[in-house]
Amino acid sequence: MIFVFAIFLLSLLVITSIAIVRTTNLFVAVMLTSIFSFLMAANFFILDAADVALTEAAVGAGVTTVIFLCALALTGEREKPRINGRKTARVAVAILASLMIYATFDKPRLGDPDAPVHQHIAPWYIEKTTEHMDFPNVVTAILSSFRGYDTLGEVFVVFAACIGVLFILGVPPPAQKRLNKVVEQNKGLRHHLIPQVVGRLVIPFIVLFGLYTQFHGEYGPGGGFQAGAIIATGIILYALLEGENKALQAVPRSVLLGMVIGGALLFGSVGVICMFMGGNFLEYSVLSADPIWGQQLGILVIEAGVGMAVCGALLSIFHAFAARENVS
Amino acid sequence: MDLIAHLPALQVVIPMLSAPLMVLLQPRGLAWAGATVVALVSFAMAATLAIGVLNGLTPQYFMGGWPAPFGIALSVDAFSAVLLLIVTGASAGALLAAKPSVDQQVEEERQPLFYAAWMLAMAGLIGIVVAADAFNIFVFMEISSLASYILIAGGPDRRALPAVFKYLTMGTIGATFYLIGVGLIYMMTGTLNIEDMQNRIGDVTDINPILVAAGFITIGLALKAAVFPLHVWVPNAYTHAPHMVTVFLAACATKVSLYVLIKFDYLVFQSRLVDHDMQFALFLMPMAILGILIASAVAMFEGHLKRLLASSSIAQIGYILLCASFISTLGLSASVVHLFNHALAKGGLFLAVACLAYHYRDLRLDQLGGASTKMPWTCATVVICGLSLIGIPGTAGFISKWLLISASLQIGPWGWFLVAIILLSSLMAVAYVWRIIEALYFKAPVEGVGPQSEAPIQLLAVTMLVAALNLYFGFFPQVPLELATEAAGMLLEGAQ
Repeated sequence: MIFVFAIFLLSLLVITSIAIVRTTNLFVAVMLTSIFSFLMAANFFILDAADVALTEAAVGAGVTTVIFLCALALTGEREKPRINGRKTARVAVAILASLMIYATFDKPRLGDPDAPVHQHIAPWYIEKTTEHMDFPNVVTAILSSFRGYDTLGEVFVVFAACIGVLFILGVPPPAQKRLNKVVEQNKGLRHHLIPQVVGRLVIPFIVLFGLYTQFHGEYGPGGGFQAGAIIATGIILYALLEGENKALQAVPRSVLLGMVIGGALLFGSVGVICMFMGGNFLEYSVLSADPIWGQQLGILVIEAGVGMAVCGALLSIFHAFAARENVS
Repeated sequence: MDLIAHLPALQVVIPMLSAPLMVLLQPRGLAWAGATVVALVSFAMAATLAIGVLNGLTPQYFMGGWPAPFGIALSVDAFSAVLLLIVTGASAGALLAAKPSVDQQVEEERQPLFYAAWMLAMAGLIGIVVAADAFNIFVFMEISSLASYILIAGGPDRRALPAVFKYLTMGTIGATFYLIGVGLIYMMTGTLNIEDMQNRIGDVTDINPILVAAGFITIGLALKAAVFPLHVWVPNAYTHAPHMVTVFLAACATKVSLYVLIKFDYLVFQSRLVDHDMQFALFLMPMAILGILIASAVAMFEGHLKRLLASSSIAQIGYILLCASFISTLGLSASVVHLFNHALAKGGLFLAVACLAYHYRDLRLDQLGGASTKMPWTCATVVICGLSLIGIPGTAGFISKWLLISASLQIGPWGWFLVAIILLSSLMAVAYVWRIIEALYFKAPVEGVGPQSEAPIQLLAVTMLVAALNLYFGFFPQVPLELATEAAGMLLEGAQ
């Protein structure tokens, strides 16, 4: 059954990516990348990687599409025609693709229990998660404790992206443009009844689902990253429906920046506190007299930090683009 | 808590966690002061680690307290100690001098974000250097790359934006290639820890994925390290970046990718893949030689000061790679020493450029005529660092050139051909450094442009300090030499 699904989804993926390359209308391309992300999420899901599927659906198909559209609103919809260079690019991609396919000839069969990936460190993770954390989701255990340092790094990648957008789009646009255009209030879709009604109904559930993923990460798929992205999508939807200013009234810019900084620092300071309490950096076991509770507490706090940072960063990036749109 | 034992982690964590704090330091000048203090502290930690390594320690650190192949390990050996000194030293030096130049180029209200990005770039580069885990290297590569894109785009020069877009595209391709390679190795060995990889890769029977992985990792990192002919992003990115950012990134950013490239090829692939040493040399040596010759030739005819120095950087990357492709103790020591010495020489030159740029808006050589009369100290540092770049005896550059020539002579009859190329490219370096000196000292000043005084004392003092270090390490090269020899021994031992 998985085989049939996989063939279906993967051939759709190929068709979508060819269409993305061929189209010259950037709006179409953005929509197609969104579809690509959804297909990818479905693919991850049938491979039993629910955590990754959630992230891909929320970030890839949701937030990225909105940000791409904001960028298109600032630039233009059509690609500039380019004649040279396309052929070389195609040849290069073809060579790389065949190399990678060649590399997979010797790959262990999908799901082979004897594959090195399943033989070496995976059994250790499965065994130690119950022993040290006492909760069922091994993925959460790996991401937030066994390889928590990587996750801290990823949070700082998100932080870097956020300050990068704020820094670069923070330049005031050339003055003459601003004089010519009256600043008009972005009203969103307030005059469209159907999106309004549906949106109002859906938004609370999106945010609630985000909170569920945040606090239920130890037991089911999810965690701070997914939760942050899902909550951000909910608020972005609100901004699209009610106008950006309404959303900013609800959650002002300073709060968003505070969430990014606070989230990143919260994660980092848990690590530093572990050091002060006699462990290594991010060694949560020392946080409490009972090492299992220590691990759980540490994971809970750092996941909260991740959620805050991701949600704040995505929203800050969105508002930075949207503000630019209103001015120029 | 025992601070010394935590040093490898603190080395990364302190600059990384200071980045969000920088954003909060809004009052004028405070972000700069904070960033400088953090960079100096990092440099002190790097020096402590280097002293430890010289005394025979190889500090290891297990993140989260999990044992090595399961959790993420950090390790510091002689090779990484050199890189740590370069990264933290370049950052601390550039930041100490940065205030006047950055105040001129970055608006005051954007400065906290600028220094936050600087801290992230430094933390990312340090994180790559101390990581003993292939995926962790990728994570920190992302942090450092994103932060350096921000830094390069930070100046008033709008041409920096297309330059940075090109860099971003190239950098992303490079990082993706690296990730594909790591993924393939993980598929075949089931581990991400580099030492564990080294042990397990020998048991892999189907070698094709590993071969493809070696190709992807080498090319990806070569892209990020600006190895000829994958260097096209360098000249514009260096030229249009804010001057202090050029100082920092030119001194260390590409070198860190080169470090990962050499480490991966020696420790993981060399010993396990049949004839990998031959392929490594056959693939990299021609690229290195072409890079040295062509980039030097481009520098000889380049009219813009920063672009000229950027071309010369590509040639110097060629030297480092050429030494590494000999696969001998002497060659590798030359390679590591040249990493260090080139950072000193190029860092000094770009600092002097920042001094000149404080008064000159246009840095084309024909605009800089007669600078020596008003800015004698700046021009003197240009001369000293320029001599070090060429490799004149008495400067740091001489030590690495000497090692390079000795290493080439070791490899038999071909060695003479290489020596000829090295001498030829040194003559080309004389030519392009002379063009700078000629412009500064012997050309008549252009009407209407030109400084009334020297550069600010803060900028000038650091520049002169770096010039003095170029001389100091020319006469007393023991410390870098000792670290380099030890690093070469470690790499070759891994390759056995």
